[in-house]
Amino acid sequence: MLPLTIPISKETINSLKVGDVVTLTGTIYTGRDAVHKYLHEGGKLPSEVKLRDGVLYHCGPVMMKQEDGSYLCTAAGPTTSIREEPYQSQVIRDLGLRAVIGKGGMGDKTVQACKDFGCVYLHAVGGAAQVYAETIKRVTNVYMMEFGSPEAVWELQVEGFIATVTIDAHGNSLHRDILNKSTRVLVDLI
Amino acid sequence: MGSLLDSLIEIIRRTSVEMPEDVHRAILHGLEEEEKSAIGEQALQIIRRNIELAKNKSQPICQDTGSILFYVKLPITFFEDDFEHTAKQAVTLATKKGYLRQNSVDSLTGKNDGTNVGPGAPTFHIHYWKENRIEVRLVLKGGGCENVGAQYSLPDEKIEANRDLEGCRKAILDAVLQAQGKGCGPGVLGVAIGGDRATGYEFSKGQFLRKLDDSNPIPELDALEKEIVATANKLGIGPMGFGGKTTLLGTKICAINRLPASFFVSVSYMCWAFRRQGAILTADGSKIESWLY
Repeated sequence: MLPLTIPISKETINSLKVGDVVTLTGTIYTGRDAVHKYLHEGGKLPSEVKLRDGVLYHCGPVMMKQEDGSYLCTAAGPTTSIREEPYQSQVIRDLGLRAVIGKGGMGDKTVQACKDFGCVYLHAVGGAAQVYAETIKRVTNVYMMEFGSPEAVWELQVEGFIATVTIDAHGNSLHRDILNKSTRVLVDLI
Repeated sequence: MGSLLDSLIEIIRRTSVEMPEDVHRAILHGLEEEEKSAIGEQALQIIRRNIELAKNKSQPICQDTGSILFYVKLPITFFEDDFEHTAKQAVTLATKKGYLRQNSVDSLTGKNDGTNVGPGAPTFHIHYWKENRIEVRLVLKGGGCENVGAQYSLPDEKIEANRDLEGCRKAILDAVLQAQGKGCGPGVLGVAIGGDRATGYEFSKGQFLRKLDDSNPIPELDALEKEIVATANKLGIGPMGFGGKTTLLGTKICAINRLPASFFVSVSYMCWAFRRQGAILTADGSKIESWLY
């Protein structure tokens, strides 16, 4: 397992390849359907959101507000990334992302953007909400709460967040490979 | 002194935070069979750990607590509207306690009021029966797997499927292929052959109430269920689409009547976090007498 601390350099990203398992430490931000559409339509995130050389997590967590006004994250697995495919390459480019975490993979446009801008797609284990909640040491802020709790941009301090590189910065995609292979296998079996 | 409200909150809690035994066994079996040290096996290891953590902490197995589907049998002395009213309260309270995510969005305004209740949500299938007790089954089905469900209209030229069991087989396997890892496999399929567009999907989801290790009383469907799982597990999609032998944990198929003009095959895809529970309650709902899974 390769430990990565955020912010991540382009060189580090370029050294990763499909199949590598990484553990992330540092600040990550959640962002999913509503915020991707918002950014695509020209919206801007607050200046306090530091995503340059950073990591975006496709996730709608369960957040419990505590008595002191802070939030405790009680479930935080990934959501299906392919819904953001129309918007992801633009967001990677404009925000300077080094990694996008999600599940289920992304398509050719994102694979190209990862190659062009020095980014990787990290596949977390879908549904492992408790394993990932444990890696969140603090919820330090929340933005865009008008989108509702699952769609807001949550600022999370993580330690030991495990994910697998399934799209690297060199045009390789495990998802494309498995799709091609399984399609060929089915033709024979059918 | 219990109440129907308390019983329903407990049913919701247990459905959200604990895997039913039959599914848990199937996942553990998949873990044993999967290729060692491959990233697919590692995913199953994390899933296994997640299941334990969720149960011990009484927190959701998956953060997407999904669509809330109630299947209820009421004694004739219990007014249906009263049951629905209390169940909606239970859902909102369970959300406040964190057993459910704030998961219900107004489709016109985009607003999420955090109550998990709104037009069409939760879903209730309520029938009366002659027993003097209440049966409540609950399925929580996440959006990721919901999105990879598919409904085929046969004949389908693209997959060369005609209006026969072989055509149904092609449609079901195509659904598995298209889903790849996006439904958080290893998954379970619920399938309905026949019906209209609405009942096709409705009956396909009803199949999730069957235990994973049961058999289909119709021999051709029983054979097809087993064959689909065996074939799907040769496709090499694997857990999370990482590659591997464990793509499906089970397939459950029913057949309902159709119009001469229509031949639908409706495939609902359930993720590995197959949250389905049920309980028998006393006639007033105040006490849980037994669990069904």
